[in-house]
Amino acid sequence: MAGATTPYADDRVLVEALRRGDEDAFGWLIDRYDGSLRRLARNYVATPAVAEDVVQETWLAVVKGIDRFEERSAVSTWLYRILANIARTRGVREHRSIPFSSAAGALDEGAGPAVDPERFGTPGAPGYGAWAAPPTPWADEPESRLEFGEVLDVVRAAVEQLPPAQQEVITLRDLEGWTSTEVRNALDLSETNQRVLLHRARSKVRRAVEAYFEKAEV
Amino acid sequence: MLRMFRRRRRDDLACVEFVELVTDYLEGAMSSADRARLDRHLGGCDGCTRYLAQMRTTITLVGRLTVDDVDALGDDARAELLAVFRAYRAET
Repeated sequence: MAGATTPYADDRVLVEALRRGDEDAFGWLIDRYDGSLRRLARNYVATPAVAEDVVQETWLAVVKGIDRFEERSAVSTWLYRILANIARTRGVREHRSIPFSSAAGALDEGAGPAVDPERFGTPGAPGYGAWAAPPTPWADEPESRLEFGEVLDVVRAAVEQLPPAQQEVITLRDLEGWTSTEVRNALDLSETNQRVLLHRARSKVRRAVEAYFEKAEV
Repeated sequence: MLRMFRRRRRDDLACVEFVELVTDYLEGAMSSADRARLDRHLGGCDGCTRYLAQMRTTITLVGRLTVDDVDALGDDARAELLAVFRAYRAET
């Protein structure tokens, strides 16, 4: 994304330009965030079509709300909050389970060890805890080249199968590149809970990639 | 003897613990003493070193999804939004 080099990458410049009615600024904002908002919307609502509506409504709310935007938060956080509010309303209407509206269960959903305990020996037996079946090398570390498309399919599927709260955190952090502070603010999470969700999500995606390479080796 | 044993135990880290601390480690969310403890463990453990590398690769891979996965906004929809913006800002 060319964002880093444009003046609009600076929130203050951006907001000021939007308030002046600078169309380029709004175009830039759309190009920068529309894809992210759309992906996030899908975490809340059942169909891409509804997600599309939610994003559309979000942009309209942005147009109308830019004068009231308080610059204490980042523009990204503000956008996300608008989207989440609209999406929750729609999601409730569709009777879909919502990631954070009832946070009680959200954190515990999909809890479990990062790695199968049996890979560290027999639980309870002496010497338990060190790798008995250590990770094997991933054939041609996926970053290099090779099967790139296929690995990404595996990663995408793994992310899609995560419980909503984990999916949302890993999407914002590792796909959208938000900082942990931005994610905490947007999702109203404590620092620890943000990290717990991220940890579970990443651990599961790693397992999926590992399983893919183990299968590929045979 | 007992004291030596205790000291070793406190310093030693089991791999099964490492895999649960790896995110705290990558996030820089631990005391420098704990971090040093993990670094010492990594120094002598190929399995955990590889595990850490795989977590980093995993993060990179998730980041790559953007490229493939963005469904771009259609030109018409984009133009429509800009028109709304123009109209609304002209009003106010």
